[in-house]
Amino acid sequence: MERHDRKLGLLSAMPLGLILVLSFLAPLVVVAVFSVMPAKVFTLAHMPDFSAYGVFFERGYYKSLLWSLAMALIATLALFLVCWPLAFGMAKVFGRFTLVLTVAVVMSLFVSENIRLFGWVLTLMKGGLFEGYFRSLTGIGFDSPLYNTGIIIFGLVYVYLPFMLFPLAQGISMVPDDTRQAAADLGASRWQILCQVELPLAAPGIMVGSLLTFVLAAGALAESKILGGQAVIVIADDIETAFTFGQNWPLGAALSMVLIVIIGGLALFGVSRIDLDAIMGRKR
Amino acid sequence: MTSQPILRLRNVVKTFGSFTALPGVNLDIEEGEFFTIVGPSGSGKSTLIRLLVGMDEVTDGEIWLRDRRIDQTPANQRPTCMVFQSLALFPHMSVGQNVEFPLKLRKVPAEERRARALELLDLLRLPQSYYSKRISQCSGGERQRVALARALAFDPEILFFDEPLSALDYRLRKTLEKELKDLHTRTGKTFVYITHSLEEAMVMSDRIAIMNKGHFEQIAVADEIYGRPVNRFVAEFMGEVNLFDVTGTAGGGLAGAGLESHMNGHAETCGVAMAPGASGTLMVRPEYVRFLASSDTADFTLRGILHGEYALGSRIQYEVETPGGQVITVEKLREDRVDRQPGAEVVLGFDGDHVHLIRGQ
Repeated sequence: MERHDRKLGLLSAMPLGLILVLSFLAPLVVVAVFSVMPAKVFTLAHMPDFSAYGVFFERGYYKSLLWSLAMALIATLALFLVCWPLAFGMAKVFGRFTLVLTVAVVMSLFVSENIRLFGWVLTLMKGGLFEGYFRSLTGIGFDSPLYNTGIIIFGLVYVYLPFMLFPLAQGISMVPDDTRQAAADLGASRWQILCQVELPLAAPGIMVGSLLTFVLAAGALAESKILGGQAVIVIADDIETAFTFGQNWPLGAALSMVLIVIIGGLALFGVSRIDLDAIMGRKR
Repeated sequence: MTSQPILRLRNVVKTFGSFTALPGVNLDIEEGEFFTIVGPSGSGKSTLIRLLVGMDEVTDGEIWLRDRRIDQTPANQRPTCMVFQSLALFPHMSVGQNVEFPLKLRKVPAEERRARALELLDLLRLPQSYYSKRISQCSGGERQRVALARALAFDPEILFFDEPLSALDYRLRKTLEKELKDLHTRTGKTFVYITHSLEEAMVMSDRIAIMNKGHFEQIAVADEIYGRPVNRFVAEFMGEVNLFDVTGTAGGGLAGAGLESHMNGHAETCGVAMAPGASGTLMVRPEYVRFLASSDTADFTLRGILHGEYALGSRIQYEVETPGGQVITVEKLREDRVDRQPGAEVVLGFDGDHVHLIRGQ
């Protein structure tokens, strides 16, 4: 009976499984194969020569990659610092207000990222909402904070906030109140409780939130284009250019593969270090 | 015991909004004693212990630890420590790290910490190999011991316990009760224990405080509370009991419904003499009530119908209903089991030496 059930389970999972394999794995394989093709070809029927990977170093594409990774790292750290107190409040303090906050944060996701970023441009640009009103009221103008790396990181923090906030709140809710009280009772200061009890016990949430935001931020394009005005070129920008203006698919594919391997490796490492069951609310 | 109490509470008040949990508690706890606060749920005992360890703030009143007023001191600066009901062990740390936690906070060198932790594992009869075990690998009783070791590592002036045994099964609880009592003797520390279980309190405590609705009904040694409760609440709370409403008679004796008194004037020596017309409650514990044969005599006798017989392990409990409808509980050791069938008419008796009179109620 049990074997029969298992067979039935496998059978019913088959259609979706096939769709997933085809739609998820196949493009990845195509990209991987394209990345080893000679430059500027549009079919896979060529002798592989791996030249695109050489170009990655020769033409300085690694700089874009470093920019992307560095900004993603800074944005992730900033998000962690910004979201920790907020997530703590949501998990332990706010009570009913948590729902309001959740709805508000989720609602921001209903509007497309690009439109929200353009909203910031209108707000921050010279003659925009801030500077324009300030100048017309006081007669004193100031430069727009747009078009530099700082504003790109701000954009990343702004756009990916929900992806850090919710896993973090979930992680913090996994810290039992009595362990914090016990730590205090045993003489721990607020800071010691944070470092020795809360952070380690909330680690799964921290890991999930950090991975999500880092992975998304490392592949982000809109923030650097819209807010940054391409003050720096990010790797996603290079990939897009290679596929479009450059008409060099193998180069685009090679750049993608480098990004995929780095991010995939990081994600696998992170996920292997945490107990996903715990954060899904299942008993270990 | 020394003359100065280690912990003094003066008019401690705690309110939550319009609800008064503690209307004004006064309490002295002596150095080195095992003091247990017993009460039903909602009696305010948990609220009280949270105030004592500093997890909640008092609304009014003072708490003194020897010569130091501590009611405004935050929990992490009080030299006291608590074993939680949930134990609140740190699941991400090993047994050793849990025990060493308070020492690490005080920046005790690693070698010394380890030595002290192993010493404490010994004291609590945990094998030294447990030092590197994970908390999730420990059984309920072992976790209990780890929590105790961690609290003792803190070296508190007073060790508080918030019903730490309530989640354990009966046998383990019995074992740990005795171990705790033993640990108290060996460490010489002041233990303040709260529980809703009277048995737990009786086994371990030097003194017991019975708490009800935010105040203490009686504070005394176990025998005193068991044998001479100050009121009906305490009498009924402290286990099975038979209570009779009685009034004083003209001869200096007492009488109650269905109860025949044959005191013959020695009510005085038994401490149950009453002024004529005064009212009170006569208490006798089930183990002092006898089944009388026709030739037997007793200071008090009453008739009834044997209703039921219940085995309580080493003892047998009988229920006898009087003509007035009162159910009398009788307990006998298994070897003294009486040979009477339910439905039989029986005569019960007990002596003046074994009764206690609660006056005015």
